[in-house]
Amino acid sequence: MKKNDVKIDVKKLNLWYGSKQALQDLNIEIYENQITALIGPSGCGKSTFLRCLNRMNDLVSSAKIEGEVVIDSKNIYDKDVDEVSVRKRIGMVFQQPNPFPKSIYENVAYAPLKHGLVSKGKECDALVEKSLRSAGIWEEVKDILTQPGTSLSGGQQQRLCIARTIAVKPDVILMDEPTSALDPISTEKIEALMLELKKDYTIVTVTHNMQQAARIADMTAFFHLGDLVEYDETETIFLNPTKQKTEDYITGRFG
Amino acid sequence: MANFTPIKKKEKNIFYDPNLSKRHAKAKIFKGIAISALIMSLLFLFIFLSDMVNKGVGAFKQTYIQVEVTYNAKTLKDTRQLIERKYRTLISRAWLRDIPRLVKENPELMNTTQVVWALADDQVDMYMKNQYYKIRPKHKATLLELIENNRVEKHFNTIFFTKGDSKIAENSGILSAMIGTILTLLVTMAVAFPIGVATAVYLEEFADPNSKLSSFIEININNLAAIPSILFGLLGLAIFINLFGMPRSSALVGGLTLALMTLPIIIVSSRAALRSVPASIRQAGYGLGLTKIQVVRDHVLPLAFPGVMTGSIIGLAQAMGETAPLIIVGMIAFIPDSPTSILDAATVMPAQIFTWAGMPEVAYIERTAAGILVLLSVLISFNAFAVYLRKKFEVKW
Repeated sequence: MKKNDVKIDVKKLNLWYGSKQALQDLNIEIYENQITALIGPSGCGKSTFLRCLNRMNDLVSSAKIEGEVVIDSKNIYDKDVDEVSVRKRIGMVFQQPNPFPKSIYENVAYAPLKHGLVSKGKECDALVEKSLRSAGIWEEVKDILTQPGTSLSGGQQQRLCIARTIAVKPDVILMDEPTSALDPISTEKIEALMLELKKDYTIVTVTHNMQQAARIADMTAFFHLGDLVEYDETETIFLNPTKQKTEDYITGRFG
Repeated sequence: MANFTPIKKKEKNIFYDPNLSKRHAKAKIFKGIAISALIMSLLFLFIFLSDMVNKGVGAFKQTYIQVEVTYNAKTLKDTRQLIERKYRTLISRAWLRDIPRLVKENPELMNTTQVVWALADDQVDMYMKNQYYKIRPKHKATLLELIENNRVEKHFNTIFFTKGDSKIAENSGILSAMIGTILTLLVTMAVAFPIGVATAVYLEEFADPNSKLSSFIEININNLAAIPSILFGLLGLAIFINLFGMPRSSALVGGLTLALMTLPIIIVSSRAALRSVPASIRQAGYGLGLTKIQVVRDHVLPLAFPGVMTGSIIGLAQAMGETAPLIIVGMIAFIPDSPTSILDAATVMPAQIFTWAGMPEVAYIERTAAGILVLLSVLISFNAFAVYLRKKFEVKW
């Protein structure tokens, strides 16, 4: 497989929650326009790592971070970088669908309006439609845009959340177990959507579902106890892992 | 079918629990205690309310007597001469005193004689309501004759709702106390609501929960809630009146004093409301690159709004019933005329009730009860409004 350009270059990343070290000396390169899956048992640090990529861990007062996360040749942990503007370019989708308790339209339009990406009116309407289309939910909601986002089904809510993220025009979309709260049919839709979205975005996703990683990810990283054990093309990780731990985990011997 | 073996009739019950009847008895006793406690509290409430209604409902009707009034220069100078001598003690002095003003407003009455319904003296009113009364036999005979001729009637008591306090029982009303209460609560809300909500937002959203400063603030808020209300009155007296020189007995001072008392209630309930907003909403906001202010103002606060409002209204209702601190800052004054600004001397409804409760005249007793009824109905409508707000703005998940 042809290697794409490096989008995110993580160098010697360490993270502590209080005195407990949650991530140890992580080095990983994430490639542009690919889906990178992070797998590993619960508490291995994969979600924590994901949250380092858009500085969400800054919200946890006990978290202390060392190392570099270089995105487009700029370390986002440099002193002159504002974490809010980082999150504008690195969007995030969460485990539980969490639409704002506002209308479907406002869910999508709120952040772009606040960021000044579009002005109110036709421009905003167009962006909302485009984002909802990209998230594959336009046909289902185009007649009910004024209804609350929370009235949709779980799978629809999650796609609405993806539309909301896309609307801010990020480069990278981080997904923290985006399908673990959804039924298989909704999951399938989200997976198809992710494959569609990787043409335009770089996607990093955390998943507990090994089949999902195998199905959609180009690269897979296996985490264990805050260590990056193995990182390679998905095929290699699943068919021919070099580390014993990876093989044990993938074959279901622990985790 | 062939292998089917019928169950023996006296099969042992494998679910048999030897303590079952004991457990049921215990549950019954527990339930009984809970229900009797409920019945007790309902009974007390019922007794209190029915007693108040019983005593107070009479005050909503007032006795009037039909008499001839002669308006001329002489009678207007000495208002006692407006009516026939034999009726004088039966008619309210306050009503007679008010006539010259009436004539000034309606000059065409001058030099005429009219038959009007005149406000009766409180003793006549008490007699009509079968209460304890003091009327001389001579005057009582006149009264009985008037009753015979259907010249005594009970009308709806508009005076109670349109006048302030008075030393003449039949002329006293609750209006000035109501306006005083409204002005005081406006000051209280204007001060306590923004400060309380802002404090709660700071403590919940911005402050580091582990810092010494926030735990210091937290301890102080809890202390504030535990301070006896009369001490707030002393604080108000010392700071607002003596130090800042604000006018004594004014709604401004009373409102500020009550604001100090209401603050902890608003802070605590607003914090609880903010805390109940799911973290996922904040995460969603931050994940979209929104600033903290945008997330709090546009997403967290609207969700917390019903809880904040409920807490504030309950705090306000409590402030409304508060008397002790207001006595200290002088809001128990005798206020016949309604205050027109927050700087005027004013009194509040509970203080008015307190004043009337101490009056020797029997007529004030029913006014006390009626005042309590008015206060209670305002309080109940406040609480109902709080419930309505919560239901209306509650977001379903």
